[in-house]
Amino acid sequence: MIGVGKIKQYSNVLDKPLSKGKQEVSLSAFAFLFSELVQYNQTQVDNIAELERRLEDAGYAVGARVLELLCHRDKGNRRETRLLGILSFVHSTVWKVLFGKVADSLEKGTEHEDEYMISEKELLVNRFISIPKDMGTFNCGAFVAGIVRGVLDGAGFPAVVTAHFVPVEGQQRPRTTILIKFAEEVLRREARLG
Amino acid sequence: MAAIYSLYIINKSGGLIFYKDYGSSGRMDTNDSLRVASLWHSMHAISQQLSPISGCFGIELLQADTFDLHCFQSLTGYISLLFFFLSKKVTRMIQGTKFFVVCEPGTQHMEGLLKHIYELYTDYVLKNPFYEMEMPIRCELFDINLTQAIQKDRVALLAR
Repeated sequence: MIGVGKIKQYSNVLDKPLSKGKQEVSLSAFAFLFSELVQYNQTQVDNIAELERRLEDAGYAVGARVLELLCHRDKGNRRETRLLGILSFVHSTVWKVLFGKVADSLEKGTEHEDEYMISEKELLVNRFISIPKDMGTFNCGAFVAGIVRGVLDGAGFPAVVTAHFVPVEGQQRPRTTILIKFAEEVLRREARLG
Repeated sequence: MAAIYSLYIINKSGGLIFYKDYGSSGRMDTNDSLRVASLWHSMHAISQQLSPISGCFGIELLQADTFDLHCFQSLTGYISLLFFFLSKKVTRMIQGTKFFVVCEPGTQHMEGLLKHIYELYTDYVLKNPFYEMEMPIRCELFDINLTQAIQKDRVALLAR
């Protein structure tokens, strides 16, 4: 038997180091699960705004947990306290764990001081989803927006987070932008900290 | 000259759920395309019954003077119909989603293309939460990827 000699025997299960586990899940399995999530929520609502809100709420619960997990695993039980710190944490660490890659871009809104945008050319949850014409600007990225809101809220940066389609020149498919609008108190605190 | 004239997808009860024309002679009348689809559905079912060997899944290739028709039946999502006569089982039929292309006579590698189209269908249609099973396919992503697949096939054909 190959490799048997390499495994150290632990008498107590608690002495065993925690394995990192499998880092990837099947994209198809996820796509079907997410599709069912959207379909189930669709049966529970009577307008699109409500559907968006429900997806966001589902994502919020994921975000809150992801923050806990990643602060513990990657940051040695510390969390970011500064605005740019938490934003780059979402943009790189959170994105990498959830989607296997860093988000395409993180920008500051040009019109408002309190707005930041995370853009993604092809959001993983939207990979197989075509929005019917009668649903207008609805974006299933609302789920991801919810995740971002969950992370930010848990870290003490309350914000309103929304997902939008933004057309790109020369491309058939629009990209998805996650718009983050921080609460006033966050910016006031940030200004005080200097 | 286009190698592929048209593509049809029919659901397991024989309704046309997707139709696209690639020929130069213009689009077929909607009623005609529906008729072709249901006609093919019935012929396919009858061929299963007429086959001299058991376990036949229906016609895969129909060759005519002016066109070839390649058909691919999906691997899953069958409905199995049992027919009884005087409470004795007389026949059993299997009906799945069928994909078929009408193309120039002698066009090669259509099985591969049909399999690829089936893959696109499972990805961009079945994983789309806004698609209702057995209903006409209106998915932007499916259209985009299908066009790319057909174009790629055409380029490959020219290179051959």
